[in-house]
Amino acid sequence: MFLQQLINGIALGSTYALIALGYTMVYGIIALINFAHGEIFMAGAFVGLLMVGVFKLNIFLAMACAMIFCMIMGVVIEFIAYRPLRKSSRLSAFISAIGVSTFLSSLALMVFGANAKGFPDQAFPSQQISIGDADISTLQLLIIGVSAVLMISLEFIVQKTKVGKAMRATSEDYNTAALMGVNVNFVISFTFALGSALAAAGGVLVGMLFNAVSFNMGLMAGLKAFAAAVLGGIGSIPGAMLGGLLLGVTEVFGVAIGYSSYRDAIAFAILVLVLLVRPTGLLGRKILKKV
Amino acid sequence: MLQGFVNSIDPYFLQILVNIGIGIILALGLNIITGLTGQLSLGHAAFMSVGAFAGALLTLKTGTPFYLTLILSGLFTAAVAALIGWPILRLTGDYLAICTLGFAEIVKVVFLNLEITNKALGLTVPPPQTALPMPVIVLIVAILTIIASTFIQNSRFGRALKAIRDDEIAAESMGINIARYKVQAFAVSAFMAGTGGCLYAHFLGYINPSDFGFLKSVDMLSMIVLGGLGSIPGAVFGASILSAAPEFLRFMSQYRMMVYGALMVFLMVFRPNGLLGGINFTDLVLRKLGVRPRGALRNLEEKQ
Repeated sequence: MFLQQLINGIALGSTYALIALGYTMVYGIIALINFAHGEIFMAGAFVGLLMVGVFKLNIFLAMACAMIFCMIMGVVIEFIAYRPLRKSSRLSAFISAIGVSTFLSSLALMVFGANAKGFPDQAFPSQQISIGDADISTLQLLIIGVSAVLMISLEFIVQKTKVGKAMRATSEDYNTAALMGVNVNFVISFTFALGSALAAAGGVLVGMLFNAVSFNMGLMAGLKAFAAAVLGGIGSIPGAMLGGLLLGVTEVFGVAIGYSSYRDAIAFAILVLVLLVRPTGLLGRKILKKV
Repeated sequence: MLQGFVNSIDPYFLQILVNIGIGIILALGLNIITGLTGQLSLGHAAFMSVGAFAGALLTLKTGTPFYLTLILSGLFTAAVAALIGWPILRLTGDYLAICTLGFAEIVKVVFLNLEITNKALGLTVPPPQTALPMPVIVLIVAILTIIASTFIQNSRFGRALKAIRDDEIAAESMGINIARYKVQAFAVSAFMAGTGGCLYAHFLGYINPSDFGFLKSVDMLSMIVLGGLGSIPGAVFGASILSAAPEFLRFMSQYRMMVYGALMVFLMVFRPNGLLGGINFTDLVLRKLGVRPRGALRNLEEKQ
């Protein structure tokens, strides 16, 4: 029972973590809460669904297509809606993000209709495996595996490559990085592309996990992933992973011990409690008061 | 007579007017904590729902007269805000924003599960028995809120809030008790949101916890940012436009919300400080009257 719920929680949590990474990277680099991120996640799920359902692609190819599509989408959104606002107040950019989010979800409502759609059964033939007294589906293992691979590659890109170094420099100090010859515009676009690709992968995985893809799936998932990012300490990449897993696991355990009608509140209750004890999240850096 | 006049207005148009009035009350409430004090709140819909349910329950269970209900629900909301504001207002910036968001989601889910708020079915509220018709009451409360906001902004209290917004450390070193002022601003802000919620409940006649979700909070925030953060005419203008826009865009039927979203992006890209941000209306009026505004005078003196 415990192991069963733990695996359920980790599978759910790793999808939260995938979305949270996009939030936290964008925040780390331009201090913007990118509320359209949930909608990118939704778009990724729809593209994956189309690729599997209409073009009969293999699920991994479909996921790759979704990731590429969302990368382009993320870069375009940044270019149109956020770049002109980079020098103005952060709230203006935030409202612009909300506008993008409204636009995308109503576009999806128009194109795909209001009904939730499921992935076809042959998309990923899921089987049950018994480990001890726990029944684990191969789908859950796939989700955990894909998330782990993506997060390790992200960690590699950020820590070991030249563009990753530029990303870290830009998030450390935007102006100094620009003075040192870092092409900050490219770095920001690249960050949006990376974050959106992770969200798209998360979208396809969540779509398969719940077998439902709908136009409004981005809202709650986006809010919870944002909560996960803040829980871990916004701007911190390991923090987003930790926060996502923690939220997923507590949510699943909360439901398991009988608070299913409070499901959506559990994540936020944890968040509020943690912030009261650690005001900058679990792995967040302390905010220094400068005079 | 007033009743007859109100009845002669097209009910659809009246509905839009009342929406604008309630929007103004809510926007001005949020303006005090976000525009004036600089503390981003993403959960103001929660205060609206607390006010709405408190008002509805007072009317349904105790039959309190409407005006008393209105004030009591506002006070109750303010008390709730002070209670939760005291611990969470220690947080800064986006951590505070997400905390208020989390609080709002918790309030929504709790209301969805409480017996007294009729769970997910929501409450039906009978129309209040008052001499004045409901739309007139909304209008009066909206005007009172505008007056109160103006007074707050120009008072000692308002100046302290602005000082906190502009620089917390400087404000603190000038002897402003930051924690106390923040909680007070939060409570005043919630009072307005609560009365707005109570009016909403009694005008609409039906409330459901799901109506007060994240999107409602975002609506309020969009109003004050689009109008111009921290500006009272801006908040009124933003509330009027955003409350009316979904109705005026109705001819576009299914494209409506898409256009609404795109509009928000374009307004922000072309007017990043909001439509009326950075415009000083007192100065404009004074100039129209032929009086040289003090601000202009100061600039002139500095140049010489």
